[in-house]
Amino acid sequence: MPGPASQPKVRVVTFRVDDQDLSAREDETLIEVCREHRIPIPSLCYLEGLSAWGGCRLCMVEIVGQPRLAAACSTRVVEGMEVHTDTERLRRYRRTLVELLFAERAHVCSVCVSNGHCELQTLAQRCGVDHMRMPRRAVSYPVDSSHEMFRVDHDRCILCTRCVRVCDEIEGAHTWDVMGRGSDCRVITDMAQPWAESETCTSCGKCVQVCPTGALVKQGTSVGEMVKDQHFLPILARRRHPR
Amino acid sequence: MSATPKLKVATAWLDGCSGCHMSLLDMDQRLIELSERIDIVYSPLVDAKVLPERVDVGILEGSISNADDLALARRFRAHCRVLVSLGDCAVNGNVPAMRNHFPLEQVLARAYRENVTLQPQLPERGVPALRQRVVPIHGEVTVDVFVPGCPPSAEAIWQVLVALLEGRDPDPSAFTRFGA
Repeated sequence: MPGPASQPKVRVVTFRVDDQDLSAREDETLIEVCREHRIPIPSLCYLEGLSAWGGCRLCMVEIVGQPRLAAACSTRVVEGMEVHTDTERLRRYRRTLVELLFAERAHVCSVCVSNGHCELQTLAQRCGVDHMRMPRRAVSYPVDSSHEMFRVDHDRCILCTRCVRVCDEIEGAHTWDVMGRGSDCRVITDMAQPWAESETCTSCGKCVQVCPTGALVKQGTSVGEMVKDQHFLPILARRRHPR
Repeated sequence: MSATPKLKVATAWLDGCSGCHMSLLDMDQRLIELSERIDIVYSPLVDAKVLPERVDVGILEGSISNADDLALARRFRAHCRVLVSLGDCAVNGNVPAMRNHFPLEQVLARAYRENVTLQPQLPERGVPALRQRVVPIHGEVTVDVFVPGCPPSAEAIWQVLVALLEGRDPDPSAFTRFGA
């Protein structure tokens, strides 16, 4: 048998997560290790197979000795670090983050195509969000139904940028990008043209499958019918970048 | 029969579809057990026309969309020891609040003028005035328990009522969610 292909030497480090002694390669992130060991950490922008974005802040953890919270998706494991993933402070922040996401745009689960298959909805339940303490904004965002197969409803978008990353990193088309600032921020196809007029879109549908909510869906789906299938992503990602 | 006094429960629906009340009735045989432990003293489901002075648990379905909704929500708050927001409309506005995306004048014009072929006019007599914005119950009065769901399942309502009967803090998220 030929020996394994030469790989740069990667050290293994040991650390503690929620009083569990763990070890991992030093190039792994906290969220990867936690997912591997079935330590639940909520996240919306992080998705295995895509680069880390660190935008949703739901995967924040406490690292002993550091006053600042750290996003588990963009924090590498370090020898001797001690991490807490489920403290009262973290639970409070996560609840507030989810409430703010719901309050920002018109997330009406009962009439959403993704009802019952939505990561935001599931996360709200898991975090114990049973109402929003702040008044909800009532600003309408556009819906683009121009594409013959897919639809984007910006009212249901949480700006996780999974669509942007999967289109760029996996499909290689970079049809999606982000435009505007603050509450005007939205994902766009090409130069903010109608999706149907995009010259780069290959209609592969990867953006639809990785979208955590009902923002990107297949045309023709009705309430609760949009079930997403993300199996392709870790498979494709692993084949491209062998560890 | 237990010696403990029955819990006095009042219910009402504001701007909702009555689906949450239907879900309450969907408890099947547990309704009999419930009837041995609670008295429904005021509700669309019973004949009583007056909200009693002291009520243990008030349950409100629907959001606050018009003047009558607001008045009833305030009366419930004043008379009920524990106030429960039942269902997504009560908890977060849900479908009724979708009109918040448009000015009230535009909503009324759409419903009563643009789509009407005969004598288009705004209803004014005998109907409460719509408010500019639809708000969830806790947008106007303090709410103690939130039970999301569209509608919350009979199981979720049962679990909340049992917790209140036993003097525990209900944990609705264990049984229901937005849109459930």
